[in-house]
Amino acid sequence: MTKLDTSDAAAETLKGGPRRRRVRMTGHGVPLPLLVPALVGLAFLLLPLLALLVRAPWRSLPSQLTSTEVWQALQLSLLSATLATAVCLVLGVPLAWLLARTEFPGRRLVRALVTLPLVLPPVVGGVALLLALGRNGVVGQWLDSWFGITLPFTTTGVVVAEAFVAMPFLVISVEGTLRAADPRYEEAAQTLGASRFTAFRRVTLPLIAPGIAAGSVLAWARALGEFGATITFAGNFPGRTQTMPLAVYLALQNDPEAAIALSLVLLAVSIAVLAGLRDRWMTTS
Amino acid sequence: MTDLITTPDKGLDAHLVVDRGTFRLDVELTAAPGDVVALLGPNGAGKTTALRALAGLARLTDGHLRLDGAELDRTPPESRPVGVVFQDYLLFPHLTALDNVGFGPRCQGATKAESRAIAAEWLERMGLAEHAGVKPRRLSGGQAQRVAVARALATRPRLLLLDEPLAALDARTRLDVRAQLRRHLAEFEAVAVLVTHDPLDAMVLADRLVVIEQGKIVQEGTPADIARHPRTDYIAQLVGLNLYKGSADGHTVTLDTGPVITTTEDLTGEVFVAFPPSAVTLFRDRPTGASARNLWHCEVAGLETHGDQIRVDLTGELPLAADLTTVAAAELDLHQGALVWAAVKATQTHSYPT
Repeated sequence: MTKLDTSDAAAETLKGGPRRRRVRMTGHGVPLPLLVPALVGLAFLLLPLLALLVRAPWRSLPSQLTSTEVWQALQLSLLSATLATAVCLVLGVPLAWLLARTEFPGRRLVRALVTLPLVLPPVVGGVALLLALGRNGVVGQWLDSWFGITLPFTTTGVVVAEAFVAMPFLVISVEGTLRAADPRYEEAAQTLGASRFTAFRRVTLPLIAPGIAAGSVLAWARALGEFGATITFAGNFPGRTQTMPLAVYLALQNDPEAAIALSLVLLAVSIAVLAGLRDRWMTTS
Repeated sequence: MTDLITTPDKGLDAHLVVDRGTFRLDVELTAAPGDVVALLGPNGAGKTTALRALAGLARLTDGHLRLDGAELDRTPPESRPVGVVFQDYLLFPHLTALDNVGFGPRCQGATKAESRAIAAEWLERMGLAEHAGVKPRRLSGGQAQRVAVARALATRPRLLLLDEPLAALDARTRLDVRAQLRRHLAEFEAVAVLVTHDPLDAMVLADRLVVIEQGKIVQEGTPADIARHPRTDYIAQLVGLNLYKGSADGHTVTLDTGPVITTTEDLTGEVFVAFPPSAVTLFRDRPTGASARNLWHCEVAGLETHGDQIRVDLTGELPLAADLTTVAAAELDLHQGALVWAAVKATQTHSYPT
């Protein structure tokens, strides 16, 4: 009896009988209530980018991109984003190691604080940086009177603002990789005579290199696009603190074609970053 | 062991106490250079904790650790003359076999060229010269194990620790690797301590067994001694013996649980009595002949194949294991719940003082 029932049901499935009673399907079996919003969402994401390409002043593009202002902004952006990434690496990798490999009271709180800049509006970050490192800031006043260092409204200030916003990306990425890596490799290195630092340098670092690379790219991309903290803390001086995003915003008000040209450059950079990361995030398995 | 007391500045002299909340490890270990000591025990007995304490990866709560006369209690792992072969080897995946083996010498201050030369020599000795440039993931289990041993030995340790050195291997490879490891351990001039839950590995590789249960040493001695005179149920089971504790008065031993066993040894006081499962004869009806003076009425609790024999678990007057041939088992019509008479000849038993 049971056997008969099963084969009947199977036959019905083969005919496609019970299927038709439910939601209408497309050829690949995707329900329409899911497919339609999915396609709208996709269009919503892609349309602005397409518009950028459609309205791009292709003919005047070469002259736009070779103007000194664009070059200045591009150079400054690349330089400051790269320096900010370097700062993130030097400070962020050890911080990630501390969070992943040691136990200390309040570790979870520290971890939460580290990730705070991820969700903090960048403008607030800029204001906070001013209050900390500004000329009259909590620390800034001492930097000024003791070393004669002023950070706000300088290129260094740009790097500081970008590093502040980008570092959590690197720390989180590296910490995740560290947690996934077997800590017993460090123990094995120690039993072979390596100090904890040597074990980190010669064993852990090579093992987590892919995670560090991915984190750096993320941090670099975040630094390159940084706007709010930068304009608040470092201002908007062409050649000194005016990075690409600031230049785009400014250009949009008096020279929209230049804004589009600058945007295209940033779009190209973003696509390049994605291409660089595709092995890590674009594959589903 | 006795010469150790007269020359305390050679070999290992350790009293390892590690407190970990509900678990407490408290074992004393001594060994002379050239000794191979096996820590044997069930899972969770504290074997690996003992090994980690020796390596410096777990802190001693109390006790002491001296190696060739030097105090090591507070020495960090990287400064101890101790080599470790980990259970899953932990070969560095980003380094070749050669650089894995050369890692230790390099950390000890050798130049890159020197450490590579040392490593090449060790790989050669392990018969792995042609695999020097290979990354660990391309090595077979047996090869990886040998690289791990070479890596640990390349630092010239005064104490070599091996954590379940054969557990990760399949049965075929295991036989070869065990024989090779035995050779390397025999050549090793310092102290070697290996941890295993496999009695065969322990007996083949070690000169002395230390059996740990629940953080304490329950028995230690040569493999032959332990196989003949087990002192706990765990060890008796490992070496395949029925083991009972009781008090002897001449040839009669009255067990703590009531039954009486007749033995050949003439002893008084607290004793162990042991006999192999193959010494047990089973009958469906009470045997009339008085050939076996040890006779108990039992119930079959379980049956399983054990090589070409049937292992019968019996409960009742005296819980015991009996081995019989498949034919005998069939003739007796044995099944769970069947009532049988179990007989053991006195000459087949062996009793010894506790």
